[in-house]
Amino acid sequence: MTASLLYSLAGAMLCGIGLFGLLWLSHLLRKLLAFNIMGSGVFLVMVGLPQHQGGPDPVPQALVLTGIVVAIAATALAVVLIRRYYHLSGMTSLEGERASREGGPE
Amino acid sequence: MIRSLRALAIIGVCLAFTGVLASSIWTISGNPAPVDLAQLLSENLDRSGVEHPVTAVLLNFRSYDTLLEIGVLVIAGIAGISMAKTASLEDPQLCTSDSLLYALQRWFVPLMLVLAGYLLWAGADRPGGAFQAGAVLAATGVLMRLGGSPMAFLRPGLLLRLGLALGFTVFLLVAVASAIGGEAFLAYPPGMTKTLIVVIESVLTLSIAMVLLALFVSAPVNDAEDPEEGSSS
Repeated sequence: MTASLLYSLAGAMLCGIGLFGLLWLSHLLRKLLAFNIMGSGVFLVMVGLPQHQGGPDPVPQALVLTGIVVAIAATALAVVLIRRYYHLSGMTSLEGERASREGGPE
Repeated sequence: MIRSLRALAIIGVCLAFTGVLASSIWTISGNPAPVDLAQLLSENLDRSGVEHPVTAVLLNFRSYDTLLEIGVLVIAGIAGISMAKTASLEDPQLCTSDSLLYALQRWFVPLMLVLAGYLLWAGADRPGGAFQAGAVLAATGVLMRLGGSPMAFLRPGLLLRLGLALGFTVFLLVAVASAIGGEAFLAYPPGMTKTLIVVIESVLTLSIAMVLLALFVSAPVNDAEDPEEGSSS
């Protein structure tokens, strides 16, 4: 079990945890956080798996850096959209799902 | 009953997903890579104009990715601004009149501006670069906004649009100019590589900071119906 394998398997675990949160939680902000955890798992796999002379490989590191910035922008846009949705509908979960357990406004 | 069945199904799906992912990682880690990218990179680092390998990949060897990325950021910023309810992106109710925050801000803002400039310049030969500098710049803007500094340039007008589009425009201009000049798309002319990278990084820093700040402030402002909303943004 090398260190790179440990990192990337931890990344796979994070992906699984994030997927569970995305499917199980109904509050939109929690879904967003779970999605971000999933993305962090992907980044961890991409940085951890390729190793070069004892350090991380710079090429996937640069790709992950690009991905992090895009993820931040997408998360901020999602928060803006969620707040707009909340203002318009007064709900914190999507229609069609059961009423949110987290105590959103009725 | 239905809920526990649903939980079981979701747990099963997640376990299967994690298992497939882990087993594919296990397979990949056993095979050696067909191309040694890092070796290729360190051989060609002299021609890139910068000394740090990550910056060389971001701004020279894979600058296409960075161009697309700033394009995505600009689109996200535009979408965020168009979600804003009012013409003014400033919300006077969000500004605190905390004297402690104000005093802290007078110390921190110049320091953070200097730090952003340092990070931008340090990207040439150590970790740093446009994205880190842009993030620090955006954090400075968030601090200034919370402290109640007037930020008239954030109104949706010409200045904001120019600031949002500046990085993408300059990057695209350089790319198209090099394509017209007979080189490949996005290939910098030899001899001007360092200058071009510094110029592109500077405008990218400005644009990234503007996009992040615009997304921060463009969450819909609160109205009279639900007074508890808006205190959290």
